[in-house]
Amino acid sequence: MARWKPDLREADATPEALYLRRREFLKLGAAGAIGAAVGALPLPALAGADDPTGEVLQVARKVDMAGGEKPNPWKSVTTYNNFYEFGTDKADPAQRAGTLRPRPWTVAVDGEVRKPLVLGIEEILKMAPLEERIYRFRCVEAWSMVVPWVGFPLAELVKRVEPTSRAKYVVFQTLLDPEQMPGQRSRVLEWPYTEALRMDEAVNPLTLVAVGLYGRVLPNQNGAPLRVVIPWKYGFKGAKSIARMRFLEQQPRTTWAIMAPSEYGFYGNVNPAVDHPRWSQAKERRLGEFFRRDTLPFNGYGAEVAGLYAGLDPRKLY
Amino acid sequence: MGALLLPLAKIGWDAFRGDLGANPIEAVQNRLGFWTLTILALSLVPTPARDVLGVSWPQRLRRVIGVTAFAYALLHFLFYVGVDKFFDGRTIAQDLTKRPFLMVGFAALLCLAPLAITSTDGWVMRLGYRRWKLLHRLAYLAAALAVVHFAWRVKADPTRPLLFAAVFAILLASRVPGWIRAARR
Repeated sequence: MARWKPDLREADATPEALYLRRREFLKLGAAGAIGAAVGALPLPALAGADDPTGEVLQVARKVDMAGGEKPNPWKSVTTYNNFYEFGTDKADPAQRAGTLRPRPWTVAVDGEVRKPLVLGIEEILKMAPLEERIYRFRCVEAWSMVVPWVGFPLAELVKRVEPTSRAKYVVFQTLLDPEQMPGQRSRVLEWPYTEALRMDEAVNPLTLVAVGLYGRVLPNQNGAPLRVVIPWKYGFKGAKSIARMRFLEQQPRTTWAIMAPSEYGFYGNVNPAVDHPRWSQAKERRLGEFFRRDTLPFNGYGAEVAGLYAGLDPRKLY
Repeated sequence: MGALLLPLAKIGWDAFRGDLGANPIEAVQNRLGFWTLTILALSLVPTPARDVLGVSWPQRLRRVIGVTAFAYALLHFLFYVGVDKFFDGRTIAQDLTKRPFLMVGFAALLCLAPLAITSTDGWVMRLGYRRWKLLHRLAYLAAALAVVHFAWRVKADPTRPLLFAAVFAILLASRVPGWIRAARR
C-alpha cells in the first residue's frame, strides 16, 4: 500500500518573521486589491541571507553625502542593475555577471598625458586611502537609490598620469570581451561602452573611482573591479568595469548619446527641468518608497558642482 | 477560463512574498503590460484556428479571452494612474498629451474599450453581425498600437516588442485563407 508522503518541507512554511508581520500586511491590504500588491513593498527587506558578501575592504573614513538617508539594502543595490553587457533586464547582471573575471585586471591610462600607465587593480586599490561615500544615485529612468560606495577621488588617479594642457576630456571604456561579457554579442549598444567627463568634472572631489560597496569588494554586476561614480549625473555616465581611460582634447562621442542623441546628452546632469522625451524627470521613485519624490537639480549636489556649468543653459538638454 | 487570471494571481502572490525585485511597482506595471499583449494575441487565435486548422472549439472562448485582455489593459492603465503616478493629475495629463509612447498605449486601451462593451449578445444583435465584426477588427489596431507602445518603452533592446509584432503579423496572415474562402462564396 502506498504510504502518504508529505510534500511540504520545513522550508515551505511561512517564515516566522513574515508570519508575525501578517497583520501589517492585512492592514496594508485593506487599501484594496491594488493596495495589496503595493502593501507588500516593505516585505523584501525581510528575506533572509541578504547581507553583504565578498572580501572586506579597509576603509579609512566614512562620509555621508546623502543627507543622512538610509542606504538601500545590499540586495536591492546588487540585483537591480543596468549593465547591458550582461543582458538588458535589470535582474540579468546579478544572475549572469559570474562570467566576468575582475582579478587579475589592468587599466590602461593614456592619451594626452606625460606619464601613460598600465595599472594593476592591486595598485589602484593602494593608490589612495579608501573611503566610504554614501551618495544618492539617480538613474535616467527616474528611479533612484542611496548607495554606500567605497573608493577614492578620481583626481588622485588623474594626478598620477600628469595630463598635458591639451587634455580637456577623459574617456572611460568598459572592458571589451564577449567571452566575459556575453551581452556584447548582441548589438543593442555600440561596444565597448564609452563614457566621458570634462577634465574639471573628472577632478571634482565628488567624482569617485568606486572599488567597493557596503565595505566589500564591488560585486561584478555593479561594475567590478572598478567604475566611476559621478553623483550629480544620471547613472549611465558612470562607466563600469573600466579597462581603459584616455585623455583627449576633443569631446568624444559617448555610448548613449550615439544610441539616441535626442534622449541622452553628453553631460547627463540630473535636471528636473529637462524631461526625457518619453518621461518626466521632475520626480523620481526612490527604491523602497511608494510615493515619488521631487528630483533635485544636480541630484542635490548643486552647491558642489553648479559652478562648473555657469555658461550652460539649464533648460537645454545636457 | 480561470487560467487567464493565473498571471494576475501570480503577480499578487509574488507581491505577497516580496518576490517582485527592488522596484515592485515597475515590475507589476511591466508584467500587466506583457500579459495584456499576450492575452490579446490569444484572443486572435480562435478564428484562424477554425479556418486554417479546422479546430472550432476555441471559438467559444474568444469572447472571454478578449474581455480579459481588456481587463488586463485597464488594470495596466489604472495601476499607472493610481500607483505609479498616484493620481498626479498634472503629470498624467502631460504624459497623455506630450509623450507619444504613452499616447499610443492609451489609444490602444481606447480601441479595446468599445470591443469589451459590445461583447454581449445584445450588442451583436443591435449592431448586426457584419457591423459588429467590422468594429471588432479594431483589435488589430489595438495590437499594433500596443506593440508600438512597448517598442517605445524599451531603451535599446527591441527583441520582445519585435516578437509580439511577429506573433500579431502571423495571426493576421493566418486569417487570409478564411477571407479568400468567404470571398469565393
